[in-house]
Amino acid sequence: MQQVTQSVRRDPAPSRWGYRYQRLWLTPSFRRFVRVGLPICVVAAFAGLYFMDEGRRENVSLAIADVRSSIETRPEFMVKLMAIDGVSEVLNQDIRAAVPVDFPISSFDLDLEDMRQKVVALAAVKEANLRVRPGGVLQIEVTPRVPLVIWREHDGLRLLDETGAYVATLPTRAMRPDLPLIAGQGADEQIASANALIKAAAPIGDRLRGLVWIGERRWDLVLEGDTRVLLPTENPVAALERVIVLNQTQDMLARDVAVVDMRNMQRPTLRMNTQAVEELRTIKSIETEAGIQ
Amino acid sequence: MTDLYAKQRAMRNMRQAAMQRGVVAILDVGTSKIACLVLRFDGPEATANDGVGSMAGQSSFRIIGAATTRSRGVRFGEVDAMQETERAIRTAVQAAQKMANTRVDHVIATLSGARPRSYGLDGQVGVEGSVVAEQDVSRVLASCDVPDFGDGREVLHAQPVNFALDHRSGLSDPRGQIGNELAVDMHLLTVDAHVLHNLLYCIKRCDLELAGLASSSYVSGFSSLVEDEQELGAACIDLGGGTTGISVFIKKHMIYSDSVRMGGDHVTSDISMGLQVPMATAERIKTFYGGVVATGMDDRELIEIGGETGDFEHDRRTVSRAELIGIMRPRVEEILEEVRVRLDAAGFEHLPSQQIVLTGGASQIPGLDGLASKILGQQVRLGRPLRVQGLPQAATGPAFSSAVGLSLFAANPQDEWWDFEIPAETYPARSLKRAVKWFKDNW
Repeated sequence: MQQVTQSVRRDPAPSRWGYRYQRLWLTPSFRRFVRVGLPICVVAAFAGLYFMDEGRRENVSLAIADVRSSIETRPEFMVKLMAIDGVSEVLNQDIRAAVPVDFPISSFDLDLEDMRQKVVALAAVKEANLRVRPGGVLQIEVTPRVPLVIWREHDGLRLLDETGAYVATLPTRAMRPDLPLIAGQGADEQIASANALIKAAAPIGDRLRGLVWIGERRWDLVLEGDTRVLLPTENPVAALERVIVLNQTQDMLARDVAVVDMRNMQRPTLRMNTQAVEELRTIKSIETEAGIQ
Repeated sequence: MTDLYAKQRAMRNMRQAAMQRGVVAILDVGTSKIACLVLRFDGPEATANDGVGSMAGQSSFRIIGAATTRSRGVRFGEVDAMQETERAIRTAVQAAQKMANTRVDHVIATLSGARPRSYGLDGQVGVEGSVVAEQDVSRVLASCDVPDFGDGREVLHAQPVNFALDHRSGLSDPRGQIGNELAVDMHLLTVDAHVLHNLLYCIKRCDLELAGLASSSYVSGFSSLVEDEQELGAACIDLGGGTTGISVFIKKHMIYSDSVRMGGDHVTSDISMGLQVPMATAERIKTFYGGVVATGMDDRELIEIGGETGDFEHDRRTVSRAELIGIMRPRVEEILEEVRVRLDAAGFEHLPSQQIVLTGGASQIPGLDGLASKILGQQVRLGRPLRVQGLPQAATGPAFSSAVGLSLFAANPQDEWWDFEIPAETYPARSLKRAVKWFKDNW
């Protein structure tokens, strides 16, 4: 009887393991591990186990791709047409050929930078600006190159802009009578000086036929009637102005002159045609005869 | 002695580690209860504008957990049934940890029984150089001839109590002073080694690291004597459950400690035998109706003893309070007489002040101070432990004076022998020192 009552009485003391368990729970690092580390481990383990299977991985990536495409193909993101501003009809066609886009297309699939590079790569385009306008329009704003001169080469005529860049090929000179003509190897790199000369030659503009770049160092001015003005390497504009002044005072170019040689500024030289020389000699001899007599 | 040095120094290092961590437990394994307090050290407290902190510097810690449990398997303050004691310690520690909501790894324990014995040691040595250096203190401590306290005894405390330089005595710190002859008085306290080892084994079984050990009578004197009593001379009588600890203090040092192997439990067992009741009932009667001075009123106050044997006559007995006092008083007188004998043997009457402070659980018997003043002398008072921060109201009674004293001891222990430097003669680094000296002399 005594034994029974004693065994029934509760022992307040914790067992050895219970005590250790309590102490373990009171350890801060252990508590942190259980509250933070363990859940992370469990979640990671479940995720790892789930994705261990190839099929499930594929399913998940497919589902993600589905959601993505369903968002991308929403009508708000679709681009339906392309608008090109600031160019001629020909260039418009060229640009459309350079960036072939299958409309309608999602704006997520458009690589605007790549397309811009392609448009800028066209010879006639100086600058291009692409954006997708609200309303599903791909807007391309193009600044075209403006041709400044015609460059005659041995295989044809080319249009060049002010930087010397190629703009287009010209079938015949008569298509652009408003543009001056230049010739000579390497002339495309001297557009700036050619332009200055052309501007300076405005008083004799109606006689001007073109400019020739000689020996890749100096310009020749070709005038009507195959008259040439040979300009120096240094300061050709001043030389040309001097020729123009001579022309205005003495009407030099209207005479039968073959070449005005300005290469030496101190000593401008005129060369006359054979016929003119003979004429001159004849006149001189007549004068001398008359003088003798 | 080197073994002792090593062990005690290891314990001191453990205490340092515990202070670093900031949490340390106090374990008072007594005969009637086991108390566990969890202290948190917050570092030095910010002092007020006048530079004086509250509580005389005792507030560097705070008690964040406290638990007591009925002690089991302990008799006379010694471990009697190890398994039972271990379980009781676990109960107390777990409850205190739960209250503190932190885990405690380091524990400072106190020992109430184990037959403490005091020795007065003295040593004398000539000062090297003109000024007393650290090494001189070490040498004078080493020069104390240790008495033969016998096998199976361990040193629990060894505190230098007094330094004397030439003819000037009563120095608390001789370092830096000029003199020729340095002398020291030391108080050495030894206890039974196997009792100590049993307790340490119990603590180890609870996965706790020991960070300090102290004698229970010493630490209860630490907490229940006020500062001037410690300074001028006083005895603290810690009336515990199974033992009564005596400690004599002067100049803030304990100079004598002893214990009487009788306490409150003996009073209870006397009541149990005298009234033929179980111990639990006897304990209840003692705490509710006990006393040591009978008056005429007590003859008329009848106490229901109670019982559940089923015998109506036996269960309905009553006893007058005078009878109860008649049972308790002789035992209490016996304890106090024994204390008187011990104090006389220690030469307590030669102290300048002979204040006696009664503390411990059994000091709560009504009328005890009157009885004690008849036996021990006129200057008797009942002592309660110092109030410390965070101590629950239930643990502020005199029964907790040793637990509170132990927390004070943990916060700032007195210098003991092993806290000083090891004298250079016994130090292996001496050869190196000699080499350095040779270099200094020759170059």
